[in-house]
Amino acid sequence: MSLKTPVLSIQGLHVGIDGTQILRGIDLNIRPGEIHAIMGRNGSGKTTAASTIMGHPDYEVESGSIELNGADLLELEAWERARKGVFLSFQYPQSVPGLQVGHFLRKSVAAIRGDEAAKGAPFRNALKSAMEEVSIPRSFLSRYVNDGFSGGEKKRFEILQLMLLKPKLAILDETDSGLDIDGIRVVSRGINAAIRGSDSGALIITHYSRILEHVKPDYVHVLIKGKIVKSGGPELALKLEDKGYEWLETNATEND
Amino acid sequence: MAMEEAREAVGDYKVGWHDPEHSTIRFDSGLSEDVVRNISKIKDEPEWMTEIRVKAYHHFVDRPMPGFGDREALEGIDFDKVCYFLRSSDATEKDWGDVPEDIRNTFDRLGIPEAEQKWLSGVTAQYESEAVYHSIREDLESQGVIFLDMDSGLKQHPELVKKYFCSVIPYQDNKFSALNTAVWSGGSFIYVPKGVSVEMPVQAYFRINAKNMGQFERTLIVADEGSSIHYVEGCTAPTYSTDSLHSAVVELIAHEGAHIRYSTIQNWSANVYNLVTKRGIAHKDATIEWIDGNIGSKLTMKYPAVILKGEGSHAEVISVAYAGKGQHQDAGAKIHHLASNTTSKILSKSISKDGGRGSYRGMVTVSPKAENCKLNVVCDALILDDGSQTDTYPTMEVANPSARCEHEASVSKVSDNQVFYLMSRGHSEEEALAMIVNGFFEPFTRELPMEYAVELNKLMALEMEGSIG
Repeated sequence: MSLKTPVLSIQGLHVGIDGTQILRGIDLNIRPGEIHAIMGRNGSGKTTAASTIMGHPDYEVESGSIELNGADLLELEAWERARKGVFLSFQYPQSVPGLQVGHFLRKSVAAIRGDEAAKGAPFRNALKSAMEEVSIPRSFLSRYVNDGFSGGEKKRFEILQLMLLKPKLAILDETDSGLDIDGIRVVSRGINAAIRGSDSGALIITHYSRILEHVKPDYVHVLIKGKIVKSGGPELALKLEDKGYEWLETNATEND
Repeated sequence: MAMEEAREAVGDYKVGWHDPEHSTIRFDSGLSEDVVRNISKIKDEPEWMTEIRVKAYHHFVDRPMPGFGDREALEGIDFDKVCYFLRSSDATEKDWGDVPEDIRNTFDRLGIPEAEQKWLSGVTAQYESEAVYHSIREDLESQGVIFLDMDSGLKQHPELVKKYFCSVIPYQDNKFSALNTAVWSGGSFIYVPKGVSVEMPVQAYFRINAKNMGQFERTLIVADEGSSIHYVEGCTAPTYSTDSLHSAVVELIAHEGAHIRYSTIQNWSANVYNLVTKRGIAHKDATIEWIDGNIGSKLTMKYPAVILKGEGSHAEVISVAYAGKGQHQDAGAKIHHLASNTTSKILSKSISKDGGRGSYRGMVTVSPKAENCKLNVVCDALILDDGSQTDTYPTMEVANPSARCEHEASVSKVSDNQVFYLMSRGHSEEEALAMIVNGFFEPFTRELPMEYAVELNKLMALEMEGSIG
C-alpha cells in the first residue's frame, strides 16, 4: 500500500475563538509513520491548531474539515476523538488533586484501548517499561495527576501517557518548552518509541528546532498568522534556526 | 476477622431472612410529657431514664431554635407532624412500589443487593443475618466487648449506661439534643474493656441491623483505658425516608490512652432535616477521630466535637459535605483544648452543585491553662457551577499564647481546562467531573473502609451525571 489514507487530513481549516479568526486556511496531510513539525512564533496559531484537532469546545471551526483515517472528527467531542485515537500532549497539563497517577493511567487506558488492555500483567509490564523509557520512578504512581509536578515531570508524564495510550495521531504541543537538554532527550526517546515503526502519525508543535534534532521530522511546516506559509524537509527547521522567521513573514504579508 | 471474610459473610445474608414482626406500636404525631412517659414505659425503662426524658422534654419545649445555621429552613420544621415513636415493624407497611424510582435506580447502580435495598427503603424492617450477627458478636464478646443496640444496652447494663449517658452531651446542650434525649430510640451501645483492641472496623452487621437506624437514635461508645475501636455508621446508599426529621446524639468517651474512630457516611433523601449532635471526650493521651461524610438531606447541621480534657490527647475531624439542588450542608467541627500538649486537626471539604450550599462552621478553643497546644484547620470548598454557594464561619479562641495555630481555607471552581484535559484522555464530561470530585474528596475517602470508599466514588459519579448542560 503505497497510497495509504492519511492518518490526519486537514483541508481548508478556518478556526476562530470569541469571534476572532486565528487559523485562516490550513491544509495538512500526515500519513502513517510520518512525523510532521509545525513551527511558528507565539500567536501564530500553533496551539489553536492543536486544540482544534483535539476538540476543545472554545475553538469554533468556521469552515474546512479534519479527518482521522478518513473519518470526520468535527462532530465528535474531545473524549470521542481520544477514543478514536487522537492524543494531545499539553503545553500546560492540568493538575487534578486527589486523582492518583496509577489509577488515572489505568482508567485512561481502559477508556481508550479497552478494559483488556488495562488489566493484569500486560498492563503492568507496559507501564513498567514505558516508565523506564521516560525515567519516571515507581513512586510517581501514587502521586496526584500533575499536582506539584515540576515542569519537566509534567512533560515526561505526558509522554508516558502517549506511550500507554498508543494513539493513531499524537499531537505534541510545545513538549520541549521548559525542558533542559536532558529533559528533551528523555521525552524524545519516548516519542520515538511511540511513533517510529508504527502506523501512527505525529504532529510536533514547537518554537525551536532543538527537539527536532532528537525526533527527526519528515516534514516541517511554518505557521505564520494562521497560515502555513512554507513546507519542507528537516532542513527547513535548520534554516529557521539560522535565519529566524522574518524572511517568511514578509512572504506571508505579500500573500495576503 | 478479616474484612474479606466479613464481606463474604455479609454478601450471603439473604439466607438470614426473618419474617417481619407485626407488633406495631405507633404513636400519633405530636409530642407531650405523656408521649415521652409512654415511650419510656413501653420500653420498660428504669425510673432515672424516664425522669431524664421528661426533663429533657421540658427543656426542648422551652429552648429556642439555634441562632445560627439555616434559620429559615429550621423554622420550616413542624414538630407537631413528627411521629416520635414507632416500632420498626411499622416500616413493613410500606410497599416496594412506593419507593421512588430514582432511588431504586441509584440502589441498582451502586450495586446494593436487592434485599439490602428493601431494608434501606424501609420496606422490610429486619435485616439481619443471624449467622453474621452472631459470629461477629461472639468474636467481640470473647474479648469482653459489649456491643448492643442502645435499648438492650440499657436493659443489660443499666449501671454503665447511667454512668455515661448524657455525660458528654447533656440534654441542655441544645434544642435537638434535648429532643433526642426525650424521645430517643435505637442507636448503639458499645463498651470496650481496658487494653482491648477491636481489630476490624465494626460496620458489617450494623449496616444491616434495623434497630440501629432511627429518627432519634442514641449512640454511646465507651473505650476504656488503652483500648481501641473503629465504628462505622451509615451507608452511601440513599436512605429513603418519609420521616422528615432525624436528630441523633452520639457520645464518645475515650479513657486514658484509648483510641476511638467514628466514621459516618450518610446520604439522606432531600426532604430530611438532619440535625445531629456528636461529641467525644478524650482523656489523657487518648485519641478521638470523627470521619464524617454528609450527602443529601434538605438541611444538615452537624459539627462533630471533641473535648480534649486530658494532657496529650489528640482530636481529628475529617469531613466532607456534598450539597446538591435544594440542599444546605452546614457542617464543620468543634474542638476544645482544655489540657496541655493537646493537638487537633480539622479537614473539612465541601462540594456545592446545582444551586446547593455548603457551609463550614468551625470552632477551636484553647483554654488559658492549656500549654503548648497545636491546632490545624483546613477547609476547602469546590464549586461546580455558578448558582452554587459556599461560605465559611471559622472561629478560633486561643487564650494561651503558647498555642501553635494553623488555618487554611480555599475555594475553587472546576475549570474548563481541567475537564478538557481529562476528556482528551478518553473520559466523557461526566466522568471527568467525577474524577475531579472524587479526587477532591480523596483525603476523606482514603480514611474509609474500602467498600465504603468504592461506593462513595460510584455515588459521586452518579451525582455528576445529571450535571451536564
